[in-house]
Formats: sequence, structure tokens, C-alpha cells
Amino acid sequence: MSRIESTTFRDSLSVSITVGAYGTAFGAAAVANGFSLVQTCLLSLLTFSGASQFAVVGVLGAGGGAISGIATASLLGIRNGVYGVIMAPRLKVKGFKRIVAAQITIDESTAVALGQEVRGESAMRQGFWLTGFGVFLFWNLFTVAGALGAQAMGDIRAWGLDSAVPAAFLGLVWPRLKTKRDRILAVACIVFALVMTPILPAGLPIIATAFIAVAVGLRK
Amino acid sequence: MNSFWIATIGTSVIAFALKYAGHNVPERIFAHPKVQSINALIPIALLSALVAVQTFTEKSQLMIDHRLAGVSAAVIALILKAPFPVVVLSAAITSAAIYNWF
Repeated sequence: MSRIESTTFRDSLSVSITVGAYGTAFGAAAVANGFSLVQTCLLSLLTFSGASQFAVVGVLGAGGGAISGIATASLLGIRNGVYGVIMAPRLKVKGFKRIVAAQITIDESTAVALGQEVRGESAMRQGFWLTGFGVFLFWNLFTVAGALGAQAMGDIRAWGLDSAVPAAFLGLVWPRLKTKRDRILAVACIVFALVMTPILPAGLPIIATAFIAVAVGLRK
Repeated sequence: MNSFWIATIGTSVIAFALKYAGHNVPERIFAHPKVQSINALIPIALLSALVAVQTFTEKSQLMIDHRLAGVSAAVIALILKAPFPVVVLSAAITSAAIYNWF
């Protein structure tokens, strides 16, 4: 790795700290939904993908089974695989380095890397590694803080944690609603999930919306 | 092993498998515009459904309570382009205030 571009470094660091801080919300949400401290920390270390982590916690918290939780989280994890497809030809790593690269392939590391495109491929690689490691470090530290905080709280509703989880989901989906089609899909999935909640087993109303997304995507 | 452990380990294993698989797949497989479109739409669908279920349901029953106030505060924060931590905090504070006072 050659000299680190200062802009790349700044981009990576600011993303790492701000995104890492969301780990507090995840740690608190996981504990609030019945996950132990160890399980919460393992999710942040091993799953290491915010939306998937919130999803599995949200599904089990709503009374869904392990399979529903895993399925929802995994459907959200597909996009990390897509980021891997995009990043692999630029990172050009093999063996153990590829395993590490895969683990830190998330929204933020890919986004910062792609944001460095004008500064050349070396800056893209630096952006990817710096952001990936940076988010990993801060995300895990803040997860512990959030989980310990929630454990100390007692009744999580009195602290508003039961609203912080859907608010976190909302904050994750909001920037993705770019076109009219996106917004219509979002509203349709909200209505579908609510109508199906009393009918289907917990978790399934959420997973089933993935099929609505596929149908909309295939239509053009 | 209870469902929380199964969920923790299962989610983690599949999450890594998806990431690693991506690094080992040729880029052209992903070139089809419909695949890209579906890939962008799936998170919108799942996250929207999660917002709805976490806000309006309790043990498979529809319910309107303090959480609606919290999530409404989050919507306002998002419209005002507040950063993520502010969005989550405003939801928590509003929700806690309603829950504790009524």
C-alpha cells in the first residue's frame, strides 16, 4: 500500500466513526429483544452487517423463529455478496486476505471505495480497507456499550428502546427511497406486512415482501 | 441450543458465506440490469416491512401505542435530514416520554 491519500483517509475515518456509533443502537436493540451480551457481540463480530443484524434481532423480538430470522437477515446479506463481486477485481487479493476482505465487505467499505474512483484504483483499495477495518472496530466497541447500557436499563420501553429499533430500520431504508417506484414498493410492503401479521406465523410477513421486490424488479 | 443461538450462528455463517461467495464470482454474472434492480429493491421491501412490524404489532396482533409517536418523530427527523443517531434518539426520547407519562 502506497502513501494514503488524505482525502481517502478523512472519508474513511468519518464514515467509520459515525457508522460505528450506530452499533450502540444495535447493541441496545439486541439485548432489548432477548439476545444475551455474548450473542449480541458475536452478531457484530461475525455477521458484521448492520441491516442483517437488526433484522434477525427484530424478527426474533417480534416472536419469529430462528429460521425466519436467519432467512430475513440472509436476504438482506445478499447485497454484500454483490459488493464482493464489484470489489474483488479491484482488490486482487487471495487466500487469507480474501477471507478478511470478504468479512469487511459491507455498504460503507464499498461505498467509500467507489467514492474514491476519481483518485485511482490504489485510493479505492485504501478506502475499502480503512473503512472496513474502521467500521469493524467502532461497530464492535459501540455494540458492547449499547448492550451493557440496555442491560442496565431494566424496562426498555421506559427508555424508548422499543421505538429506537423501528426508527433504526427507517433510517436504513430512507436513503434508499430514491424513485417513485421505490416509495410505492415501500408502502406496499408496509401494508402487506401489517395485513399478514395476524394471519401468518411471525417473521413470514417480513420475508414474503422479498417476493414483492423480485416481482417489481422483474416487471422493469 | 435455543432459537437465539441458532439465529446468531446461522445468520453469521450465511452472512460470511454470501460475502465470500461474492468475492469468488466473475463480475459479468451480475451485469444483468434486472438482477441489479432486484438487488436494490430487496432491502427496501424487507426494511419497510420491519419498520411496520416493529411499530404496529405486538405478538402477532396489530397495535397502536407509544411506538407510533416515536417512529413519527423519526420521520420528522429524517425529513429534516437529521443524521442517523439523531433519528434514533428522537424516536427513543419521544416514545419514552409518552410511555412514562400515560
